[in-house]
Amino acid sequence: MANSVADIKQAMLDDIGAKEIEELFEQIPEDHRLKDELRLPKALRSEAELKRHLLDLLSKTGSCEENLSFLGAGCWQHHVPAVCDEITGRAEFLTNVWGSPSSDHGRNQAWFEYCSQIGELVQMDMVGLPVYSYGCAAGHAIRMASRITGRHRVLVPGLSDPERLSVIRNYCEPEEMASHIAVVPIDYDVATGLLDLDDLRAKISDETAAVYFENPSYAGVIERQGAAIAEIARASGAETIVGVDPISLGVIKAPADYGADIVVGTTQPLGVHMNTGGGVGGFIASRDEEKYVREYNTLNISITETEKDGQYGFGLSCAHQTSYGMREKGKDWTGNSTYLWAIAGAVYMSLLGPDGFREVGRLILQRAHYAAAVLARVPGLRIGFPSGFFKEFVVRFDDTGRTVDEVNGRLRERGIFGGKDLSAEFPELGQCALYCITEIHTKGDIDRLANELREVLR
Amino acid sequence: MSGNMRLREYHAAVWDEPVVMELGHPGRRGIVFGEAEEEVREAVGDAMDLVPADMRREAPPALPELSEPEVQRHYLHLSQETLGMMGVSLFGTCTMKYNSRLNEAIAARPEVAEAHPHQHETTLQGTLEILHNFDLILRELSGMDQFVFQAGGGADAAYTHVCMTRAYHQSRGELAQRDEIVTSIQAHPCNAATAAAAGFKVVTLMLGENGYPALDALKAAVSERTAALLINNPDDMGIYNPEIKEWVRVVHDAGGLCFYDHANFNGVMSKLRAGELGFDACMYMLHKTFGAPKAGGGPAVGAYGCSAELAPFLPGPVITRDSDGYHLDDDRPQSIGRVREFWGNVPQVIKAYSWTRAMGGDGIAEAADLSVIANNYMEKRLLAIPGVTKSHPHLTQRRMEMTRYSLETLTEETGVTTIDVANRMVDFGIDAYWLAHEPWIVPEPFTPEPGEMYSKEDLDLWIDVLAHVCEEARTNPDIVKTAPHNQAIAKIKAEPLEDPEKWAMTWRAYRRKHGGPAA
Repeated sequence: MANSVADIKQAMLDDIGAKEIEELFEQIPEDHRLKDELRLPKALRSEAELKRHLLDLLSKTGSCEENLSFLGAGCWQHHVPAVCDEITGRAEFLTNVWGSPSSDHGRNQAWFEYCSQIGELVQMDMVGLPVYSYGCAAGHAIRMASRITGRHRVLVPGLSDPERLSVIRNYCEPEEMASHIAVVPIDYDVATGLLDLDDLRAKISDETAAVYFENPSYAGVIERQGAAIAEIARASGAETIVGVDPISLGVIKAPADYGADIVVGTTQPLGVHMNTGGGVGGFIASRDEEKYVREYNTLNISITETEKDGQYGFGLSCAHQTSYGMREKGKDWTGNSTYLWAIAGAVYMSLLGPDGFREVGRLILQRAHYAAAVLARVPGLRIGFPSGFFKEFVVRFDDTGRTVDEVNGRLRERGIFGGKDLSAEFPELGQCALYCITEIHTKGDIDRLANELREVLR
Repeated sequence: MSGNMRLREYHAAVWDEPVVMELGHPGRRGIVFGEAEEEVREAVGDAMDLVPADMRREAPPALPELSEPEVQRHYLHLSQETLGMMGVSLFGTCTMKYNSRLNEAIAARPEVAEAHPHQHETTLQGTLEILHNFDLILRELSGMDQFVFQAGGGADAAYTHVCMTRAYHQSRGELAQRDEIVTSIQAHPCNAATAAAAGFKVVTLMLGENGYPALDALKAAVSERTAALLINNPDDMGIYNPEIKEWVRVVHDAGGLCFYDHANFNGVMSKLRAGELGFDACMYMLHKTFGAPKAGGGPAVGAYGCSAELAPFLPGPVITRDSDGYHLDDDRPQSIGRVREFWGNVPQVIKAYSWTRAMGGDGIAEAADLSVIANNYMEKRLLAIPGVTKSHPHLTQRRMEMTRYSLETLTEETGVTTIDVANRMVDFGIDAYWLAHEPWIVPEPFTPEPGEMYSKEDLDLWIDVLAHVCEEARTNPDIVKTAPHNQAIAKIKAEPLEDPEKWAMTWRAYRRKHGGPAA
């Protein structure tokens, strides 16, 4: 600390006209003051010593690099291009705070480029700066739909990620509150994992603010009834909100093209490490209509002109409608978010381009389906929803006589992190796990998994 | 005492960088993934046949097509066109700190970056130990009984608190009755906004003559309808409410909970504890006070701590320790569940842990001292500049780690506003300062917060630049009003940003509304 040097500290106190530091805390009453010294671990001032300490601790954690991992479920192991790490590590992007449109122009432009590229993937003209996560994006979007329609029910898939659904519930419930939005699960077809349209028709009404579904779904299935779902929602005056994994959008149809009014999704697959779950982020997009734009709680970056002809500038648009402008009268609430990951996303999408998205999508599809086919041949294993999935699929273990927990424990001893155990989440599916295959999994990795499972289940 | 320091001849990098959507050439690639192995392709066939027919993407997304070095250079140019704390950034309420490169290197290691939150806890012991030990450090600093790190920022921690408030009163059968949350006009807007979003009515107390709301105003506001008080102290004018213990007692007597928004912790860290003042819960921003980077607005952490009484309601999983090691305890029937997926921005928590270990208790205490010294040093010099005043000038006690100033006099005398001054200061490599949250209680506000990192020379430079710009406002106001002149771009036109016919949050929208260059 630059001013901890004794003579500087004294000089500053002299300039202030204070005899001692204590005088400066005169506002705090004596009986508010902490009497004792803090009992904290001794300072590690040496960088070498601190580094050693941190490394010693982290040596007790195993990574998905050193092990072979098939975990997904909202946080996915994709390849992060080295350039993404270089750019997000740049001190100007890493350390900056809000700044101004002129002083932090480059960062604002990068944010705009992130929104612009997300807009191309989902085929929507309006994209806000990111929010904390997929679930937070869904929660905000549902509240947006509730404000637009004046209705207070949302229909969600019964086969939802419990993490995401819990976030959504915290954005909508409980019913004692004036702002309450009832979260109503829709049944799914146990054979296909698709939304049960009969149940949707039975539960939708003129009280439904929105129908929310995901593509791919939590179980990995591509919801191919999107257009029909949107049609049913529209007929009831409800908004259609679709959650997407953007890395799928080189091969899977954009949600706007099957009737989505609001699109939300995760940003983590786009150039961000899993970061033990700290890599997650979410986005919200829609048509560029005032009906929607005026309801955004996100900070929004618009391109504009500057005083110099032909020069681009970027500034906040519709900021006053947020809580920064109107406190509790603003739209929902706004805070710090995951804006560095927006820059990672901009870099990632620029690196891929249309062909890269198609290529990565194809690779994931082929490897995931190969994995499902190989695992289906392991005695006792069955694939839950065997067709029409993207990168995740459900593996059922009932016929093995073992629990997923037991199997995963044995796999762990062999350096493999098996798929996420769904058995407690969806008891109707029996002992089952959600396996995730991405572009990083080679044929060799998949064959190794199958062989080890054979051994474990022998 | 400075005043004669030579102002730097600064000029930002100007790259006149096109929007990335305009760059590149069809067919170029920045990264390739290759094809699946032959056996894989033979086994599953063509990839597109694996997508249900009517769900296949036909038209590819209109993304730019660039080579890897082109992408790298474009974004390096954009980073260079970002002042981003490379100057002196005294962004009040945000506590600018040095972000250790060691911490970045540690966070980039695969044990952090390439770890999955659903890994079995036995494979996460090092991470969990760090988070648990950091929880213990925050308990010592706050007097709380348990911390969680799920909230992705300060506002998310406020939302966590209002969710906790709902769960607490619901468990007592009082939620329907307790539908009001009390806060002050000087509390961060997110306190009021999260309360409203969670379904509460917001009661906002205005300031009394001492710069904080009168105790009587609080007493008049609380009742059997009060669910909670959300309050910061000191506020971002640098004023400490000495009656805060009495406030907590009044709210508790009415049956409400008390949440201490510790966004302004820097000046009081090691000086007081939220728990000892009676609060039920508090929040620290690890991306400001605890040395993790702000990253332009996250990933951040609002570390949320509470009393043992409230702990059953915490969002899960909660990290616990027993003789078998560390655990992710998610078997908590009264828990509010999740406010965000998983258990937090783990890399940022590790950086904050590293910061506290580097500082130690004595270092943290000294940092608080230095930040308050620095603010009072600045105050003395800033108030000597003609046209600069501070909020509540009749209050003579020393302010804490920041002070709210006003350029009202300068604006009246010259027509130059605080926004003009901020725009001009960036011409000297000084990051734009923070004004004040809405509503502006003080006209033409600005709020520098020096923190403990910046040297006296840095602070003198900052003050000299402000003094120079204030002088320019009198001698050459146009140069200030038309600023910046030495930045990456000229002053932006704000009018299109609020015009639905012109605003464009994406390139698609821009091309539709403005014609724009052909794709």
